[in-house]
Amino acid sequence: MKLLTANFITCSVKSCQSVTPALSFRDAELAREEIDFSPLFLRNILPRIDWPLLQRTAKELGFPALPETKPELSPIAEGDEEGVGSEEEQKLLKELHSLLLETSVQSGKLVCANCGHEYPISQGIANFLLPNHLV
Amino acid sequence: MGLPTPDTSHLDSDESIYPPSEDSYLLLDTLSSASESAYLASHFASPSPAPLVLEIGPGSGIVTSFITTFASEIFGRRDVLTLAADVNPAACSGTAQTVGRNLKDAEKGHGIFLDALWVDLDSCLRGGEVDVLVFNPPYVPTESVPVFDENGNCKGESEGMIEAAWAGGKDGMEVTERVLKGLERCLSKRGVAYVLFCAQNRVQEVIGRLEGGEYGRNWKCDIVGRTGKTAGWEKLCIVRITR
Repeated sequence: MKLLTANFITCSVKSCQSVTPALSFRDAELAREEIDFSPLFLRNILPRIDWPLLQRTAKELGFPALPETKPELSPIAEGDEEGVGSEEEQKLLKELHSLLLETSVQSGKLVCANCGHEYPISQGIANFLLPNHLV
Repeated sequence: MGLPTPDTSHLDSDESIYPPSEDSYLLLDTLSSASESAYLASHFASPSPAPLVLEIGPGSGIVTSFITTFASEIFGRRDVLTLAADVNPAACSGTAQTVGRNLKDAEKGHGIFLDALWVDLDSCLRGGEVDVLVFNPPYVPTESVPVFDENGNCKGESEGMIEAAWAGGKDGMEVTERVLKGLERCLSKRGVAYVLFCAQNRVQEVIGRLEGGEYGRNWKCDIVGRTGKTAGWEKLCIVRITR
């Protein structure tokens, strides 16, 4: 499961969904897959990111700390169709690309801090099915 | 538009996965039709955040693969993120394989496939994130719908996973009903759902209920794709549902 996906998911148990998303990775084994870098792509993904959640996920998986707040990028200059931006922005977008799209959790589990349910991850695929008594 | 159909031949021998069928092809034709791609390109015009597409029940992955490979042709932008959610783990890995295989030869301009999630419908998705929901449901009227435990094992005498791909319970609508009830939670403010129906689903009545406010709001419905009529009946159709 890619780290960007982890930003879009929550516990399958309905009563956990009204609280702050609270899934944490445990015993995660990571993999990296190279994907073509597009700064424009990352610029348009950034507004979707739940930054506090991404910060927590990155910390759990042992990545260096992310900036305290979501970075604000300056508007793309005229003629910069690829959204390359300044050198500093380019570096930041590349780091986010690597973290969000190239890094995935191959095995381990996701644990809900609210109800304690554990969702196993195996061969890159997370199992979010619930036992019948929790549905 | 005549975009090529994704290759799913690597899954031909897996009998637990629903093979690409008339319904799958209707979805491909509809999403890539001149009118629908024009609608999507204007609805999700840049600059705006990258659209997130979720397909529930991808089976072979043919539709998710098509959307990922031809993101630019369908959305007029390439920063399209795709996710798939299936109750069948074989369909999850099969979908990932299909997407990967067909992206290998893809032109630049394709989107990014994120993951296949092994889950009941959209139950693990955060609310309000999905911009485009695509659902080719189990729509055949049956006595019952198979139920699975957390390990994907089926209860009772059901044939299991492949049955889950087509058995729709009463009026073939039991599973679709659950998705329609969840639309208000699942879809983003700019969200669009494409749901496939067959004649036995009484689609005009369903549209009446959607527009009449029985599913959380007065949804706007348009029939945007259909197969030819058989004895006066639309066999299959696709309804576009928006806020």
